[in-house]
Amino acid sequence: MNRISTVWDREFRAFWLSPIAYIIIIAFLALTNFLYFRTFFLEGQASLRVFFDFLPWTFMLILPALTMGQWAEERKTGTIEPLLTLPVTEWQVVLGKYLASVSLLACILLLTTPLVLTVSKLSTNGIDGGQTMMSYFGALLLGASYLAIGSWVSSFSDNQIVAFILSLAAIAVLLFVGLPFVTYFVEGGFSVFLRNLGLTTHYSSLGRGVLDMRDLLYFGSVIYLFTFLTTRMVESRKWS
Amino acid sequence: MIEVQGLSKKYGDVLAVDDVSFSVSKGEIVGFLGPNGAGKSTTMKVLTGYLAPTEGTASINGHDISGQPLLARTAVGYLPESTALYEEMGVVDYLRYMGRMQGVPSGQIQGRIDEVIATCGLGTMAHKDIGQLSKGYHQRVGLAQALLSDPPVLILDEPTSGLDPAQIVEIRALIKRIATEKAILLSTHILPEAQNVCSRILIISNGKLVGEGTSGELLDMVSGNEEYRIRLRGGDGIVAKLEQLKGVSSVTSNNENGELACTMIAENGVDLREQIFDTAVAAGSKLLELTHSSTSLEDVFLQLTGTTGLHAEAASSAGGDTDE
Repeated sequence: MNRISTVWDREFRAFWLSPIAYIIIIAFLALTNFLYFRTFFLEGQASLRVFFDFLPWTFMLILPALTMGQWAEERKTGTIEPLLTLPVTEWQVVLGKYLASVSLLACILLLTTPLVLTVSKLSTNGIDGGQTMMSYFGALLLGASYLAIGSWVSSFSDNQIVAFILSLAAIAVLLFVGLPFVTYFVEGGFSVFLRNLGLTTHYSSLGRGVLDMRDLLYFGSVIYLFTFLTTRMVESRKWS
Repeated sequence: MIEVQGLSKKYGDVLAVDDVSFSVSKGEIVGFLGPNGAGKSTTMKVLTGYLAPTEGTASINGHDISGQPLLARTAVGYLPESTALYEEMGVVDYLRYMGRMQGVPSGQIQGRIDEVIATCGLGTMAHKDIGQLSKGYHQRVGLAQALLSDPPVLILDEPTSGLDPAQIVEIRALIKRIATEKAILLSTHILPEAQNVCSRILIISNGKLVGEGTSGELLDMVSGNEEYRIRLRGGDGIVAKLEQLKGVSSVTSNNENGELACTMIAENGVDLREQIFDTAVAAGSKLLELTHSSTSLEDVFLQLTGTTGLHAEAASSAGGDTDE
């Protein structure tokens, strides 16, 4: 536990020591606010729906930049060798790094609260606090899934740009398989399977303010699967 | 403290380390000597748990590297060949991080940091970012990190690479000073360094251990020669007379501007200097120069590793530099 928090601490600080965190935050806030307020006055309705509907896409463009260097950079500079010859397990290092990126994600989400507060002030009958909290929770789980995928991709690519593009592609696949325009073209049972495999299905379910165990299990599985694969990938260097 | 039994490591089909066995005990500095690509770094990576052995076992401080990897690694301070550090961190921040990761109790970390900063001469650089440091100071930070938990075993991959001559002397002295309490395995391709610092030398070539012992023992292992370089002027049939001296195996000579330059090879342990002088005087020739050299560690190294051509030239020219 101690080792995990030490890795977490270093990684989280490293985000703020490099320009990455700032660039990502600014890019994300600019993008979300632009997309939101572009239609805000047209619709004449104070709803956060649009904001949360955009998140899977804005996250897809932004979050891979957060994880692309996580392992690729350590391997490129060689710092991975002193790191993994310390008395720590690969699992501890993977988890520490992953949790650091999730913490930055939480910071990013926290910075969107001014938008939410603005909307709730403008709205005549206020916004549903419970549903908004649940939407945020869903956004955190969704982003955390993206980051787990990004970590895994970074663990086997030597180049950050390649890691960025591959993560984006992998996330896109998991986003698209569940969307109607894909499930529409396949038959019955398989269509249900694909819809449930897709990230958006579970994200929008949480966004409706419903806490369903199946959605939690889904996001939990995605996160566990990809952090597990990352650990395996990091361990595999031993037998290279 | 380091025990290695029949260790092998394959990269795909390439056998990088081939059935290597050795041990290093407390108070010893063992030098791992070999040409580039001989398997020195690979062996060290296996010992520190970065790579898994293909075959064989090794233990550090009594802990098997595969069975109890974390206990084994706790006992090791490791300086990798690349000395890669987190450039964006400050020196002290980095050392604090490494100390926590190495399991140094939190109450002792600051004291240990102060100590390694003093031992490695980092005092003036302590509050800079690692990215601002020169190569030599990078190396010192790497060394400081290896010493941080005061581990019983040190594995140092080319600890003096990238340092200037004054720093090299300093680091060698430092290694010798701390050696009494520790088992140290260090790799180098600089022969005088091995001779100067190490109590025992392991010579590795193409993944195989080809020689082991103190530098004296290694010198005895190979059938060396005594070599004399002579310059003479005048005298009749001097070359024939030199050839007849007892123990001489060959004499080659050529004429340069009226001076005769000879190279005599004699059996090991035979000192012919006085006889050469007497022979020259008897033949009426003037002895202008006489240089004697016997088997050096370079010869041992070259013979054991079977290096020829470029390597041999590089090694002998490196040897030439250090003789001066």
